[in-house]
Amino acid sequence: MMGERADTNRGEQVERPQWAPGDIDLERPSVARVWDYLLGGAHNFAADRAVAEKTLEMMPEVRAGALQHRAFLRRAVRYLVGRGVRQFLDLGSGIPTVGNVHEIAQAVQPAAKVVYVDLDPVAVAHSRSLLDGNEQVNVLQADVRDPASVLASPEVNDLLDFDEPIAVLMIAVLHFVPDEEDPLGILAGYRDRLVPGSFLALSHAGFEADEETPEIRAARRVYERSVTRTTLRNSAEFTKLFEGFELVEPGVVRLPAWRPEGPDDEGIADRAFPGFAAVGRKA
Amino acid sequence: MTDRVDHRVRDDRSPLDPAVLAGAESFARSWATAVIGSSYVPMTRAEVAQHLQDLTEMLVEALYASPFRTAPGYEIGSRLVDAHFTGTDTLGRTVQLLGDDLLGELGAAGDERLQSRLAALQGALSAGYARALRERTLAEQEAIRAAVLDARDQAEAMLRASEARFRAMFTEAAIGIGIADIEGRILDVNQALQDMLGFSVEEMRQYNVRDLMHPEDAGSVWRLYDQLIAGECDHYRAEKRFHRADGEQVWTHLTLSLVRDDHGEPQYQVAMIEDVTDRHLLQNRLRYQALHDPLTGLPNRALFLERLGRVFSNRAKHARAGLCYLDLDGFKVINDSLGHDTGDQLLVEVGRRLDHSVSGEGKLVARMGGDEFVILVEGSSGEQDIVDVAERVLTELEAPIRIAGHELSVSASIGIVERQLSSTTSADLMRDADITLYWAKADGKARWALYDPERNAREVARFTLSATMPRALERGEFYVEYQPLVRLEDSTVTGVEALVRWQHPEFGRLAPDRFIELAEETGLIVPLGRWVLRKACEEARRWLVEFGDAAPFVSVNLAVRQSRDPELVRDVKRILDECALPPHHLQLELTESAIMGTADEPLEALRALCDMGVRIAIDDFGTGYSNLAYLKHLPVHELKIAGSFMEGLRAENEEDPVDSQIVATLVQLAHALSLGVTAEGVETPAQAARLLRLGCDTGQGWFFARPGPPENIDSLLRGDL
Repeated sequence: MMGERADTNRGEQVERPQWAPGDIDLERPSVARVWDYLLGGAHNFAADRAVAEKTLEMMPEVRAGALQHRAFLRRAVRYLVGRGVRQFLDLGSGIPTVGNVHEIAQAVQPAAKVVYVDLDPVAVAHSRSLLDGNEQVNVLQADVRDPASVLASPEVNDLLDFDEPIAVLMIAVLHFVPDEEDPLGILAGYRDRLVPGSFLALSHAGFEADEETPEIRAARRVYERSVTRTTLRNSAEFTKLFEGFELVEPGVVRLPAWRPEGPDDEGIADRAFPGFAAVGRKA
Repeated sequence: MTDRVDHRVRDDRSPLDPAVLAGAESFARSWATAVIGSSYVPMTRAEVAQHLQDLTEMLVEALYASPFRTAPGYEIGSRLVDAHFTGTDTLGRTVQLLGDDLLGELGAAGDERLQSRLAALQGALSAGYARALRERTLAEQEAIRAAVLDARDQAEAMLRASEARFRAMFTEAAIGIGIADIEGRILDVNQALQDMLGFSVEEMRQYNVRDLMHPEDAGSVWRLYDQLIAGECDHYRAEKRFHRADGEQVWTHLTLSLVRDDHGEPQYQVAMIEDVTDRHLLQNRLRYQALHDPLTGLPNRALFLERLGRVFSNRAKHARAGLCYLDLDGFKVINDSLGHDTGDQLLVEVGRRLDHSVSGEGKLVARMGGDEFVILVEGSSGEQDIVDVAERVLTELEAPIRIAGHELSVSASIGIVERQLSSTTSADLMRDADITLYWAKADGKARWALYDPERNAREVARFTLSATMPRALERGEFYVEYQPLVRLEDSTVTGVEALVRWQHPEFGRLAPDRFIELAEETGLIVPLGRWVLRKACEEARRWLVEFGDAAPFVSVNLAVRQSRDPELVRDVKRILDECALPPHHLQLELTESAIMGTADEPLEALRALCDMGVRIAIDDFGTGYSNLAYLKHLPVHELKIAGSFMEGLRAENEEDPVDSQIVATLVQLAHALSLGVTAEGVETPAQAARLLRLGCDTGQGWFFARPGPPENIDSLLRGDL
């Protein structure tokens, strides 16, 4: 995800040139690896686990939250394959834990193609080694906030056919993009390259106004201090991200409530779940 | 106990017994509920339930199997991990649930043998789970570490690639690049810089940046260098020369940049050096061409003025300098008669001789244009220095110059100015040298003239007068005074001479000798003379009206230029007519040269005036070279003997026999030609008496009266005096 970029000190405007390799510091937690730990993975290091544990201490439901984002990804991909989508652009894909987009999609539709994009060089390296030999999957190291360079990359262009519908996925990503970085502009950059019939699937941490409990706030502060800044959005703000897309049923809902696979799924979906999900179709 | 018996009874019953299966199914559901959410498994809830159902059946089979083996328990633990039931709570909940519910669900709650078997299977499941989780964890840790290594390799590869690119850029760059540490030790130089300076990297590394100092470097180059090293500036550009290994020089554009470390402290300096020698030489050539005269090769006006400006800009307190402004005499004649080519060759030779005779430090010979040259001498000690230079030049030019078979003698006129720089400006120096050159020409050419501030002041005053004269005439600053002409034998005033005066607002009352010559030069004499004539005629008319036959005629001076004015006769006639003055009441005085040196036209004018009845007098007679034979034929009525001859007749007791004889002869001559004679400058009674004795007709001078306003004449005529 974007943990790498969070290292740079924006106050000094030390933007690295495109070709300059980022340094890989295992002492610094990465969003991707913290996420992996929360999902029960071992693709992580002490620093990542320390942050995850500290966050969990404040707000144990974070783990369930992570699971819900991942479960939404699964349900969304299955839904999209069902709608005939054969191409996926997974922006901010993170560490390829179990249940990755290509596994879900190719299980149903073996011809499905997936491009994973992440800025974290370790996540990307791991993805590459895992996906080596899978000709229907590419991995790109890039900043998803820069649609132009993502869309211009050979990794994307060699695999995806922009004349056919593509599903753009940003799962638990946009709450790391504050308003001043123009998330709508970033999304527009992708949307404008998509043919009608393409999809956008988003999940996003957030809640309605006044719902933030002191615990959540404390947990968020821990996370922001050690990993990266988060921007929580309410349902109205989240809905705006789908500009240019028509929301499919059930529209914008709390994450667990998006097309649950059984009544039990919804059991966890109490109305206070701190996150929204939706899928939109480009008209 | 009964349960235990029961189980024992059903010892060999098939694990696929429907009741057992139903129990297993029920247990699987509880199991799913207990572990879902403890880890992320990429399955739907139904899939999870099915998975656990399979595992439950496997477990139940193992429970009843004969012989009893724990391996399936191990397998189940392992498969839980494979399905990613890796959460920390999964195993605990599973083991607890197995112990609490499984036998109950199977309807064998009290069966001790099954309890014992279950315990064994729980142990195996835990071991299998732990082993699988350990392996998975190790595998994932290994994978993530491998990913880190891959990522690092990738990063390093990119770094190496970028380093290689930079190295290539550094090596292949056409511009010279050098890197030195902050102490100035040269660390690396690229090929271009090695080629430019002719040193190898190894040789360059022996040097400190400061060793590359060039004596011609501008002070700013090294001042900025110190600032850069101190971190006060981050880069600067400069023009700089370097010594090459072969002793030649390289002109460069240098850009020096400071490289700072992560803490902002100066770390390295990077020099980018562009060889601009060719451009520099071209510029030099263009500059040379722009600053030199293509014909003689001497510095031109632009260079001379630049050098002169520099002399003035960095002058010491008492520094002096001098100029010779030189112009060939009669060059135009040579050019016009022998052709421009010859003229050009002459100029080349003159330039060569000047350069030859004036060479040396602090001296500059320049061609200003045409046949004008100028010599600048810096650091002179006095006027004599420059006079020496001028004389050397004049001597040098004396030898004839042979060009195309012609033996040409040239001379030059030189204006000299020499002074302390603090007292003057370059513009003043140039102007005064130019003026002085004009004097040398005016004084007769082939000579030098030294600037004379008094002469200049006079000329300036003359110029001022001539410039203000036209307006003075308009404003009525001129007026006319009259001096009587007295018949010696009876002291009767027969005529008056009109004498013009100028009441100058700045210089006061000015006599004619101060401005008539100027008026002649400027041509203003014509309107001025016409004005005086009219004024005098008006007075004469007034006297005629007032005194009748006793009224005197007016005698008005006619300047040379006036006498040649084609309008003269018409002007005189019109004025006489307008004043209603009979012509014989007007006498015009001309100098000998005005009359004698003239061609036919003025003479005709005189005859016309004479015929009209106007009297003609020759003024200052005896001072020029009159053609006496010619005099006879001139339309002249009167000779006025110059006052200078009266000196010898002045004293009361004795007289100068020569002067006396001259005056007597002049009187006789006049009378012989039937001309009247007037003696000017009569100042004593003795002079008057002697003149009368010598037969002179008329006297004029202070003895009779000084020039004065017309009223004085009125008084005289009335006999008031």
